[in-house]
Formats: sequence, structure tokens, C-alpha cells
Amino acid sequence: MNIDIFVNFIYIIAAILFVFGLKMLSSPATARRGNFISAIGMFLAVVTTLLSKQIIDFHWIVLGFVIGTVIGAFAARLVAMTQMPEMVAIFNGFGGIASLLVGWGAYHATPNAATLTVVTIFLSVLIGGVTFSGSIVAWGKLSEVFGGKPMLFAGQKVVNALILLAILAAGILFMINPDTSYNIFLAIVILALILGILAVIPIGGADMPVVISLLNSYSGLAACAAGFVIQNNILIVSGALVGASGIILTNIMCKAMNRSLANVLFSGFGATTVGKGKGVQGEVKPIVAEDAYLILEAASSVVFVPGYGLAVAQAQHVVRELGELLEANGCEVNYAIHPVAGRMPGHMNVLLAEANVPYDQLVEMDDINPVMNTVDVAVVIGANDVVNPAARSDEDSPIYGMPIINVDYAKIVFVLKRSMAAGFAGIPNPLFFNENTRMLFGDAKASISAVVAEFKG
Amino acid sequence: MDPNTLIFLAFILILSIFLGFEVISKVPATLHTPLMSGSNAISGITLVGAIIAAGSAGDETMSIILGILAVTFATINVIGGYLVTDRMLGMFKKKSTEAKK
Repeated sequence: MNIDIFVNFIYIIAAILFVFGLKMLSSPATARRGNFISAIGMFLAVVTTLLSKQIIDFHWIVLGFVIGTVIGAFAARLVAMTQMPEMVAIFNGFGGIASLLVGWGAYHATPNAATLTVVTIFLSVLIGGVTFSGSIVAWGKLSEVFGGKPMLFAGQKVVNALILLAILAAGILFMINPDTSYNIFLAIVILALILGILAVIPIGGADMPVVISLLNSYSGLAACAAGFVIQNNILIVSGALVGASGIILTNIMCKAMNRSLANVLFSGFGATTVGKGKGVQGEVKPIVAEDAYLILEAASSVVFVPGYGLAVAQAQHVVRELGELLEANGCEVNYAIHPVAGRMPGHMNVLLAEANVPYDQLVEMDDINPVMNTVDVAVVIGANDVVNPAARSDEDSPIYGMPIINVDYAKIVFVLKRSMAAGFAGIPNPLFFNENTRMLFGDAKASISAVVAEFKG
Repeated sequence: MDPNTLIFLAFILILSIFLGFEVISKVPATLHTPLMSGSNAISGITLVGAIIAAGSAGDETMSIILGILAVTFATINVIGGYLVTDRMLGMFKKKSTEAKK
């Protein structure tokens, strides 16, 4: 049998395994096996590629394998769950640069390729380059190496448009005469990298979940483009799956913030810190741990609403402990998670899972809201905008129309907060002044620990 | 590349995108982070292209450098992506198993 037919046959099997692996991600019970099946698909695809006739020399491949495996394995073992967004961001970037390099390698090997191939090389380098530099900026913002504030300068959109035009012009020149245009090709690489940086710097830290979802999608598209360059089905199928996944997540994130993708990408939300919307007046009702304990002790259903502040305070474990004590006391305990809580889609779920909260207690916003009025106590920990009732009622509020978790419909709301300082973007939150709201001031971990101590004492 | 090949590849691309939307829209919100890291690993499939680039480079220095770098970055994606996804998914436990401990 012709070896290349065999290789392509194995690619079909790999594609089937990828699809099955993703299908099994539809339930936490089968997800881990699904990931393993997907990994088997990858293993098959890689091993059979080594048999392909084009491979004449193995030692450079082995060198790359060894370096990549060591870095990848260490990164996967050592990364803290709070740092997952940074890790995903930088991995998106690696996917992008790999596609750029594959495109570059193909051009370097055959500079006088047919026009259609040259077009795909151009796309592979462009998408790969934008993904790489954009992801590095996203990584820098998430890990606060660059600072999370949006960076805006006058004429930013004009500059971006000019760079895009320059890339298109260079692309056309390059496609007309590829074999004499190495310098133009290098210019395209550099311009693509600059475009990626400029596209992400105006986006604020709180919008990063959208950006990494989008870059996730780009990394898939970059793989697709590389697949067109080397005319390889498995790259196209896998890249398309990843591209679709990224787009779905981007869409979910945008809906959960009630904003369009264009608004997220271009508006520099959060650059202006002027909190618009009605100034809220009223009296806050502070509460101490002993009283909080007495109310919780009498409650028959409690919902925790965690935000990223929970992870910052490292309070996941003590919250889970409180949850278990409440359950032992005959109370129903759930964790309601807003789609944009945390720094990436599903981030809070992973942080709570790490703290041994069983996944059947993690509830989505749309499932908890209809039954919120039957909840005795809603405990808001480190979340602010995602529980702000102004999103429902105050048309002047910057977050008006954003879907929120309606904690104010619960019988009593506890809000754990360091102080009365305004949250991100300084949006006033009328929840704090509600009749049924009690403020538990102080560090979230210390406050919850105090309540746990009351339970035990 | 001749136009027929392009059409054929584009056909595969379009069908895969539709398939991707169908399969992935069923992933629950609670697994969205593992979905992202897992799809990171899948996009490391560029490794296949990188292997071909590195393995057919011959002894031309620039081709070798491009090939090694491509293999390295794609391998980080594949290995790191699958391992960290597995680590995360291992943390998701059901209540019943929790009670047994």
C-alpha cells in the first residue's frame, strides 16, 4: 500500500477521535476520558506523520520534541489554577507562531510556488502573526506584566486601518512575484506582529475573557491556514473545530456582558473611570460574623455567588468548608456562577472544583434566577457588577441590559467586601443599600473563617 | 495548488466548522476552561505541518531553524494543553464520590 494513503487514512481516524473527545466534554463525568481520547488521536496523527515520505531527517524533529515536551510538561504541572487564563493566552500565541513558522518554512523551501499556495502562505503568516503578538499582549495584561488598563492613543483606529492596508498592499505585491519578494514577505511578518499588538492594547483587563476566547479561535484558524499551505486535511479539520469553539465562547461572553464584539474590541471600555448612572444614596447595614452565623444557621437554602475576588482572597477552600457545614446542618447549598465571573470562561468553576466543590452544586445563572426568590440567603463573595441590579433598572448605567444573577430577590443577601469603594469601572451598586442586604466588611477569607469558627464553636 | 484541490479543502473546512458548532455548543459552561485548554492542545495539530517542515529541511540552516522552532512551539501546545486539561478535569468530582472519602 502507498504509504501516503496509509497516513491519510490514519488522519481520518485522528479526526474521528478529536470529534468524539470534544463530544465527551459535554458532561463532567466523561470529560476526562474525552480528553484522553483526543490525545490518542493526536498521538496517532503525529506518529504516522513521521512515516510520511517527505520526512528525510529525524534529528531536528526529535530536538524540537524534547524541548517542547519538557517546557509543556513543566508548564502543565506547575501552573496554578488561578493562572489558567495566562496559560491559555500564551498557548494560543504558541499555536499562532507555529502556524506562522510552518507558512514561512513552506515559502522558504519553495519561493516560486503556485499563486494559490502563495495566498495560503500569506494567510497563514498573517493570522499566525496576529494571534502570536496579540496573545503575548493578552498574557502580559492578565499576568499584570504590562498593567491591565486599556491603552488608547489619538488616531489609534486610523493607524490600525493603515497597517491593515499596508499588509494587504504588501500581500498583493508578494503574491504577484513571490520568488523575488523575500523582503516584502518579511515586512508582512513584522506588520502582522504589530497589528496583533495594536489590536489588543486598547482592550481593558476585565474584557480579557472575550479576547482570549477570540484569540483561541484565531489560533484554530491559523492552524487551518497552515493546513491549506501544506494541503493537509487533519490540520484543516482540527483547526476548524478549534475556530468554532473559540467563536462560540466569544459569543457567550459578549452576550453575558450585553455588548457587541465590536464594542469590546474598539471602545476601550474602562479607560474612562467616570462612573455614570444614578448616584445611589442610602444607608448600608453592616453585620458581624456572629449575626451572619445565626442567620445562616436558620437558613434552609443558601446560594454562594463567587466572583474573581474570591480567588484573589484565596477563599475557595474555606467557602467549601462553610458549604459543607451548612449541608450537615440540613441546608441546601449551591454555587451560582455568572458566565463572566473570573478571568476566562468557566474559570470560577475550575477554581471551585479545585477546592473540592462537587460539580453538581455549580449552577448556571439561567438556572438559579427563576428560583432565587425561594433562596433564604445569597452570599456574594468578591463579585460586584454581575449582581448589580442597576443592570435591570437604571437605563443610564454603563452595564444596563447586562444579564445578572438576581441575588436581590433572595430573602437576605450577604455581601462580602473589603470596603465601600466602588468596583471595577466605578459603577455604583444599589444592591449594597437594599433593605434586605447585609454587608460583611473585611477580607473574604477572614470573614468566612470567622463564620466557620462560629459554626464549630 | 490547483483550484480543484482548493475547492476540496474548502469543502472540508466548511463541513468541519459546522460540525464544530454542533459538538461544542453542547459543552456546559462549567467545562469552558478545560474546553479552551483542550482545544489549545488540538490546535497544536500544526505539529504535523511542523514535522514535515523540519523533516524535509535538508541541510539548509534557515529551514532547519524554522522547522525546529515550529516543532518546539507546537509540541508545547500539544503536551502542555493535554496535560493541564487532564489535571483540571481530574478535579471535577461528583458529590457521591465526595461523600465516600
